Amino acid sequence: MSVDAVSIAPPETERLPRARPFVALVAILQREALRFLGQKGRLVAALVRPLVWLFVFAAGFRAALGLSITPPYQTYVTYEIYIVPGLTGMILLFNGMQSSLSLVYDREMGSMRLLLTAPLPRWWLLFCRLLAGSLISILQAYAFLAIAWLYGIRFPWIGYVTALPALALAALMLGALGLLLSSLIRQLENFAGVMNFVIFPMFFLSSALYPLWKMAEASPFLRDLCAANPFTHAVELIRFALYAKGNLLAFGVTTGAFVLFAAAAVWGYDPARGFTARKA
Amino acid sequence: MAGLKIEGITHDWGARRALDTVTLAVEPGRFCALLGPNGAGKSTLFGLLTRLFVPQSGRIEVAGHDLAREPRAALTQMGVVFQSSTLDLDLTVRRNLLYFAALHGLSGKDAEHRAMAALERLGMAERAGERAGALNGGHRRRMEIARALIHRPKVLLLDEPTVGLDAASRAAIVSHVHDLATDGLTVLWATHLVDEVHADDRLAILHRGRILADGEAGVIGGDNLSTRFLSMTKEAA
Repeated sequence: MSVDAVSIAPPETERLPRARPFVALVAILQREALRFLGQKGRLVAALVRPLVWLFVFAAGFRAALGLSITPPYQTYVTYEIYIVPGLTGMILLFNGMQSSLSLVYDREMGSMRLLLTAPLPRWWLLFCRLLAGSLISILQAYAFLAIAWLYGIRFPWIGYVTALPALALAALMLGALGLLLSSLIRQLENFAGVMNFVIFPMFFLSSALYPLWKMAEASPFLRDLCAANPFTHAVELIRFALYAKGNLLAFGVTTGAFVLFAAAAVWGYDPARGFTARKA
Repeated sequence: MAGLKIEGITHDWGARRALDTVTLAVEPGRFCALLGPNGAGKSTLFGLLTRLFVPQSGRIEVAGHDLAREPRAALTQMGVVFQSSTLDLDLTVRRNLLYFAALHGLSGKDAEHRAMAALERLGMAERAGERAGALNGGHRRRMEIARALIHRPKVLLLDEPTVGLDAASRAAIVSHVHDLATDGLTVLWATHLVDEVHADDRLAILHRGRILADGEAGVIGGDNLSTRFLSMTKEAA
């Protein structure tokens, strides 16, 4: 290796670069986007799961499930129409958890260390990662809605616009949960536990696949569990937004859960207190 | 002093004491080897120096900035090469460098210029467009050193940077980093390999969380640093 020594240390008069939060934000967003585009199979993998549910599961259950008129619907809807907001939420949920997996992987591989040693507030660095993951989630959700549209499941045009803030809030909330979990998971191998104890209960104990009144017929207790699940409210927020309608309760619970998960994640990554202080 | 100052650092992992009142001061422009066998506490010390976690007692100063009180000013003055690779293997060499530059507030032409200058310095300019994953181990390490210097830090920390490299790559990197110290950079180089230490280097021997010796390598090691190191760590065992 031919390496010529050159002057490295800055002259005393030279000012060192000052870290700029928005330059870092753009770089982190760009990195995630490039990684996403570089992993061609990731979009396909993200879409296959909800599409199987839509094309196979929903088609099979259409006859079995009769859905009454509940807001935001003003008429009887087919099961496919009912399930699409839930499956959109599923994409955000799985992608939020995938981000958490990649954070654990990054920590084991070291690139998380690189990020955390940047001269910026740690909460800002974590927020940048969260935002980057959420943007990818939203893109995937719109890709799914586009396929559903081609399949014939269509919402009012304005709904595709009003869904954006709902998708963003839901993606941030689920991404923050992923961030929190990544601060608690010690090793990559433990991620299977997250699947069993977080993703599946969150998805099945929600209004994604069946309305809560239907669940109440089976078990009032399970219905209460579903009502307490923030994922239920994220799905309802998306469902209402797709019809250009608001749902204050869903908005409040989703926002509250986002703030709670994000604060706990920042605590988890605090060098003096959380996970990183307990592990070499 | 504008170099690196570690004062009375103690850190426990549960009931196990990982570092016990570690004190070390490296003056500016000095290459300091932190020599210790596996499990000596080197990685814990690097975790503390890079503020991945904070010490239970003691104080760290980087280029005159207290790491606890002015963490951002201290981190700005610090370049780090971690033991495990921190490259994005899917991205190009150039993209990896620009990403790091942006984390330190550098963007646009300035970042491009510095990234290219850093690659040229390490003899890697022609590889800027290659995917990092396509580089061999030696080139990846060179790239990580180039990246750690983009923001022109005053202190460079390297945690066993030659692990897994062949003899030629290892020798070249050791020689290059010594040259950087000659040019004014303060270097802390953690290793368990005595042949990476030059006789005129500053040397601190760390074993079981304690500094066993601190001084010039030639003086501590005498005729044979390897024998001396083995006997010291055996005595203390």
